[in-house]
Amino acid sequence: MMSTSTLPSYDDVVSRYEPVIGLETHVELGTRTKMFCGCSTEFGGEPNTQVCPVCLGLPGSLPVANAAAIEATIRIGLALNCTIAEWCRFARKNYFYPDMPKNFQTSQYDEPLCENGYLDVEVNGETVRIEIERVHLEEDTGKSLHVGGATGRIHGATESLVDYNRAGIPLVEIVTKPVPGTGVLAPEVARAYVTELRDVIRSLGVSDVRMEQGSLRCDVNLSLNKPGEEWGTRSETKNVNSLRSVERSVRSEMLRQASVLDAGGSILQETRHFHEDTGETTSGRSKETATDYRYFPEPDLTPMAPDPAWVAELKAALPELPRVRRLRLQADWGISDFEMASVVNAGAVELIEATIAAGGSSEAARKWWLGELSRRANESGVELGELAITPAQVAELQSLVDGGKITDKIARTVIEAVLAGEGDPAAIVSARGLEVVSDTGALTAAVDEAIAANPDVAEKIRGGNHAAAGVLIGAVMKATKGQADAKTVRELVIARLS
Amino acid sequence: MTDVTNLTAAELAGVIASGEASAAEVAEAFLGRIEAEDGAINAFLHVDAEGARAAARAVDEARAAGRELGPLAGVPVAVKDIMTTKGVPTTAASKMLEGWKPPYDATVVERLKAAGTVMLGKTNMDEFAMGSSTEYSAYGPTRNPWDLSRIPGGSSGGSSAAVASRMAPLSLGTDTGGSIRQPGAVTGTVGAKPTYGGTSRYGLIAFSSSLDTPGPFARNVLDAALLHEVIAGHDRRDSTSIPQPVPPVVAAARQGATGDLTGMRVGVVREFDEAEGAEPGVIAAYKQAVETLGKLGAEVVELSCPHFPYALPAYYLIAPSECSSNLARFDGVRYGVRTGDDGHNSLEEVMALTREAGFGPEVKRRIILGTYALSAGYVDEYYGKAQKVKTLITRDFTAAFEQVDVLVSPTTPFTAFEIGSRTEDPVQMYLADLYTIPSNLYGGPAISVPCGLSDGLPVGLQIMAPTMRDDLMYRVGAAFETTQTPLVPQR
Ligand SMILES: [Zn+2]
Repeated sequence: MMSTSTLPSYDDVVSRYEPVIGLETHVELGTRTKMFCGCSTEFGGEPNTQVCPVCLGLPGSLPVANAAAIEATIRIGLALNCTIAEWCRFARKNYFYPDMPKNFQTSQYDEPLCENGYLDVEVNGETVRIEIERVHLEEDTGKSLHVGGATGRIHGATESLVDYNRAGIPLVEIVTKPVPGTGVLAPEVARAYVTELRDVIRSLGVSDVRMEQGSLRCDVNLSLNKPGEEWGTRSETKNVNSLRSVERSVRSEMLRQASVLDAGGSILQETRHFHEDTGETTSGRSKETATDYRYFPEPDLTPMAPDPAWVAELKAALPELPRVRRLRLQADWGISDFEMASVVNAGAVELIEATIAAGGSSEAARKWWLGELSRRANESGVELGELAITPAQVAELQSLVDGGKITDKIARTVIEAVLAGEGDPAAIVSARGLEVVSDTGALTAAVDEAIAANPDVAEKIRGGNHAAAGVLIGAVMKATKGQADAKTVRELVIARLS
Repeated sequence: MTDVTNLTAAELAGVIASGEASAAEVAEAFLGRIEAEDGAINAFLHVDAEGARAAARAVDEARAAGRELGPLAGVPVAVKDIMTTKGVPTTAASKMLEGWKPPYDATVVERLKAAGTVMLGKTNMDEFAMGSSTEYSAYGPTRNPWDLSRIPGGSSGGSSAAVASRMAPLSLGTDTGGSIRQPGAVTGTVGAKPTYGGTSRYGLIAFSSSLDTPGPFARNVLDAALLHEVIAGHDRRDSTSIPQPVPPVVAAARQGATGDLTGMRVGVVREFDEAEGAEPGVIAAYKQAVETLGKLGAEVVELSCPHFPYALPAYYLIAPSECSSNLARFDGVRYGVRTGDDGHNSLEEVMALTREAGFGPEVKRRIILGTYALSAGYVDEYYGKAQKVKTLITRDFTAAFEQVDVLVSPTTPFTAFEIGSRTEDPVQMYLADLYTIPSNLYGGPAISVPCGLSDGLPVGLQIMAPTMRDDLMYRVGAAFETTQTPLVPQR
């Protein structure tokens, strides 16, 4: 954080500069097999166990395109409102790197499978339309581990190890057009876009889109310009591995570029690396010696020519997309934009929907998931959906409260027990004897005991001081281990002493 | 029993099937011939004697068990070293792959094995199939059995020399710009390039992916057709493989052997006749051949293919462009040789040093040409324009085949030249493929059939046919063959 003191404030930056953002996202498809061979795409296997002559690029091997990957890419394109090419080809992107078995990547160049789409995202209750330039299909590279250098990068390494399990996994690249005009909201817009894109792809069931596992990867392009001037030179930030980092990297790049420009410097067109720990970017390889990828059509593969009728079928069969669904649910639940935004931000849409499906009311479902359960998720540092409680259990819990079997307070104890793996709410209530004491005989006895133990207080109540009843109620609650309904106890106390 | 190495493949299959000779005896005879001859010729980079003996034994056992044998069961075949052979060294005649044993068989090799043929070994070639003389092998040139001071053609020169010198009755080569037909022509053997996509490229170490085509060498047209039929057919591992039935090439060769070409229309390309640089002896033998086709009943038609003169320059942009990308994988990281990994050089330096040491001069020349032709700012002017020429040449063929059934030409402008006489001037070497390249750019089949001698050296007649009409060239070739005395070198 040594440079913090020289950085201008964020508000100052956005008052003097306009940011233009652009996002390049890579999504690993969840197809069973790789893009051009039959190897498994399973994550986490022993290094170099999911390989064959094709994905190792052995001499003589040839690719055969995975039809499921092509279909998934078209579905992503359709969900992003793109035009689907009626005829297009793969292309070879030529460059030398040891994690690329053939020293070229089979990708697409000037004939992407899908182009000219858009994705609407909600930021602060406003809809921002992000234009999509292209969606294309390519193969992933292997993973390198460079040992012995100071930086962990290829330069200066004494040894490099390569795992080709990932090589050849189908990868979809989604590139936005430059997005100007987001101003102060640029970081939030970037995050909202990646979030929305992730949700759209997840709803299609074509990838698990997990940023922490690298199945969703994001490069953030950013430039600044003074109002009324041309767009500035952009930097491309890589290694942005979480939604939070998307937002932070935009903000930090805005601050850095502003400080460079303020000092009369110019922005280099370069690749930068984001660091989670410092929240800052550092310079990577400069693109000044721009690599010439020598693209040409892949001669080992035949062109893709998706039948328009089939594409129309795929379009008709798309699932309800997250934004449409959110608007529908908001109307169904009868809640405000603000309330819906908190549901979305908490990642509770599906959970609430499922809780309602299991019989809970929408109010109760929102109350539990946004209240007690969000608090516990925060405390344990996990996502809401990762808590060890199911929507059905939440619905069951609420029905116990609604039926007067337990109090709201006891419900929290029950949640703790569910999270601890003790079983379903009803079973926990009965096993632990947490049910509300509604037997008036037992309660009357407890009230009488309390009166006998506190004659002075009883006298005050008899004298009309009903406020003093609290002491007796407390004693009864203690005696019933909190399982009595406080209101009922109060009525009983006053009736006995009138 | 006479020396079985004199027999044709069809005859060999016959004597093995009848029990007149065992597959094991046949294999031993050819292994013996290799032992005796190959010291002088250098057609083989690797002789797999043990593998051949085991394959021959398996055929003999199958026969003894009464199992049905395929039409080439027990017949030995030599395989160009550009095809992967499981567990058997495969180098593409490059230092780069010295000692590499592929973990898998090429589809054509798999089909050879399934047919019960006996693989004798791997044949010499120009490194990575780049050349027309086999002088660019990293393991020394192959010599032409007709004259040991001369080249056997290339790039499949080991395969042509092996068949010409009776070290193998059959062999496989690959043809990218003429690499089967030209060696066939200069060694007096039959060499056929099937339709592109008619034979699988899976397991062929790629030179130019859009042109590479594996095909057969034999000492006569029927034998070539028999081998063609064994290796051809759709392969789902090669996306460019054509999902159609194999044209009936064996039946066509048998039909042609009746010597009757009545009703056949044979086209003569005016632009080829006007091309310069062909030797008078080659032209004379070719003219004689055209006359003969007329005598067999064919109608000879002169026609124009106006874009043929651009084929050679277009080829020398497309093939190097693709090779510059295809050969990028040879970097010493995963297989083959590695140079300079001494703990001081960086990974990138090791990759560069490996390529510097591993590739020969012609391969480097073509990689540089191709890298240049694909560079930003040049790609449209070079690679892009060459692709347009390819389209125009295809149109020339399509138009020609509306008038005629096949086209004919000399296979190559000159007979086998002296070793070393053209290596100083690459363009002189490239001219060897003048007549053969148009078929590669079009993708159609073409065959070279011996058509006599010029100054004691073989000349080839090329017959070109429409895509997936490989049968037509076999029919014409077989008919023409009935008029020729078999060419046998004095070894
Ligand atoms: Zn694989």
